[in-house]
Amino acid sequence: MNAFLNQLPIGLSIGAVLLLVALGLTFTFGQMGVVNMAHGEFLMAGAYTAYMLQSWAGRQAVLVALPVAFFVAGLMGLVLERTLIRRFYGRPLDTLLLTWGVSLILQQVARDLFGAPNVQVKAPTWLVGGAEWSGIRMPYARMFILALAVVCVVAIWFYLARTKQGRRMQAVMQNRELAACSGIATSRVDQRTFFIGSGLAGVAGVGLTLIGPVGPALGTYYIVDAFLVVVAGGLGQLRGAVLAAFVLGLLNSYVEYWSDASLAKVVVFAVIIGFLQIRPQGLFVLRSRKLT
Amino acid sequence: MLEVTGLEVAYGRAQVLFGVDLAVPDGGLVCVMGRNGVGKTTLLNAVMGVLPTRAGKVVFEGRDVTRLPTHQRVRLGMGYVPQGHETFGQLTVAENLRVTWEASGSKDRGVVDEALDVFPRLRPLLKRRAGFLSGGQQQQLAIARALVTGPRMLILDEPTEGIQPSIVTEIEDAVERLHRERGLAVLLVEQYLDFAMRLADRFTVLDAGVVVHEGAGAELRDERVRGLLAV
Ligand SMILES: Nc1ncnc2c1ncn2[C@@H]1O[C@H](COP(=O)(O)OP(=O)(O)OP(=O)(O)O)[C@@H](O)[C@H]1O
Ligand SMILES: [Mg+2]
Repeated sequence: MNAFLNQLPIGLSIGAVLLLVALGLTFTFGQMGVVNMAHGEFLMAGAYTAYMLQSWAGRQAVLVALPVAFFVAGLMGLVLERTLIRRFYGRPLDTLLLTWGVSLILQQVARDLFGAPNVQVKAPTWLVGGAEWSGIRMPYARMFILALAVVCVVAIWFYLARTKQGRRMQAVMQNRELAACSGIATSRVDQRTFFIGSGLAGVAGVGLTLIGPVGPALGTYYIVDAFLVVVAGGLGQLRGAVLAAFVLGLLNSYVEYWSDASLAKVVVFAVIIGFLQIRPQGLFVLRSRKLT
Repeated sequence: MLEVTGLEVAYGRAQVLFGVDLAVPDGGLVCVMGRNGVGKTTLLNAVMGVLPTRAGKVVFEGRDVTRLPTHQRVRLGMGYVPQGHETFGQLTVAENLRVTWEASGSKDRGVVDEALDVFPRLRPLLKRRAGFLSGGQQQQLAIARALVTGPRMLILDEPTEGIQPSIVTEIEDAVERLHRERGLAVLLVEQYLDFAMRLADRFTVLDAGVVVHEGAGAELRDERVRGLLAV
C-alpha cells in the first residue's frame, strides 16, 4: 500500500510532463492532420530561452522565461506555418517529412548557437528540495510542473470554450471546409493555432529545465512520448490528452517500480498499440464526416 | 445574381466539369439536376471556392469572385449548405450558430433568432451537441447556419437527401418560404422532381460534367427531360 502511494506522485508528475509536452501538439496535430516533428525543437527553444535569460534574471530565469518562451516558440511556429506548412495542407506525408527536416535543421542551429554539450538551468532556490508527507516524497520542482500543466490546461480550456477565437479554432479543427463555408477566415485561424500550439511547447520546454539538462537533442527525447499521448487521446482533444497523459504517466511509474525503466517503456508502448487496435481514433473523436 | 461561365474543374488529372455555364437571376430559384456522380457537388464546391477551378469564371452580383477565398464569398452573401448535413459535431447547436454569427461580423444578434424562427424545432436542442442530432435535425441546423451568415443567395446541395420524410416537407417548406417571403435567390441541387417542379424558375441538367439541358421549370414535365434524369 505504501509503495502504491509512494509511486502516485511520481506517476502524476510523469503524466504532467507528458501532458505539457503534448498539449501544444494536440492542436497543431488536430489542425494539420499530421504530427509536427519540429514540435520537439520548440520545446528545446523554450528550454534555451530559460538558459539565456539566466544572465539577467539569475535564478528566477525559469519564471521570467515562461511568457518569453511562449512568445519565442510561438513565433517560430508561426513562421514555420506561414513559410512552409500552409503550402502543404492536405498532404500529410509531405508535411511530416517537411517538419522532420525542419527539426533537424533547428537542432543544428542550436548546436551552432549554444554548442553541442548539455547546459544546466539553475532552478530558483524555492524550487530546490521537496515536501514529505508520511513517507511520500515529492520534489518541489515536480509539484511546480504539475501546477504548470494544470494552469496550461485550464487556460486552454478557457480559450477554447469561452472565447470567440477559441470557438473558431474548434470549428476549423472539426471541419475545415465547413468553417470556411461559415465565413471563418481559416488561414488566420491556422496561424493562431500554430502560434498557441508552438508557444505551449516553449512553456513546456521551460518546465523541462527543472528536471534535466538542456541540449540540442532535448526535443527528440520527448517527441515520441508527446506523439503517443496525442494519438491515444484523440486529435485535438483536450480531455483526451489530459486523460491519456496521466494514465500513461501512472502506468509508467508503477511498471517501473515493479520492474525497471525500459520494461516500463515497452509496456506503455504495448498498451497504446493495443488500445489503438480497439479504438484507432483515440479516446475521443474530433472530426465528423468530411464534405463529399 | 450569379453567373457561371465555362467552368472547368478537375481532381488531379481527372477532369469532372467541362465548361459549365449557369445563371441564377436576381431572387430566382434555379435547380441543378442530374444522376449520381455527374458533378453537381463539384460544381457547387467550385462556385463557393472550396475547390479550385481550372478555367472559367464565377460572378456574384456583378463581382468576379473566381479567385476569392471561400469565407469572403460567404461574406458577400453566398450562403452554402454542403451535401450531407454537415455541422461542427462537437459544438452545441447554439455554438454552431454563434461561431458562424461571430464570423459574419454582424452586430445584430437578431439574425440568430430569425434563423431559429425558420426552424423552431432547433430551439429545445440549443444545448445539444450537433453530432448527436438526427440527420434531419442536423440538416435544419445546417440551413440555419447558412442563414446566420446573412446570405442573399442560398446554395443547397440535396437538402432532403437521406432525411426522414416528416422533416423533408418541413425543409422544403422552409426553403420555399425563404425564397418567396424573404426573396432569397436559391441555387438548388435536387434529385427529386416534385420539389424541383414546384419551385424552380429554371433548371439545368448535368450529365458527365456538361450541361445537357437548360430550360424553364415547367418543362420538367416533359418526357424527354425526364429521360435525361432517369437512372
Ligand atoms: N475528392 C474527389 N477526388 C476525386 N474524384 C472525385 C472527388 N469527389 C468527387 N469525385 C468524382 O467526381 C465526379 C463528380 O462527383 P460529384 O460529387 O460532384 O457528383 P454529384 O453529382 O454531386 O453526385 P451525387 O448525386 O452522388 O452527390 C464523380 O465521378 C466522383 O467520383
Ligand atoms: Mg453530390
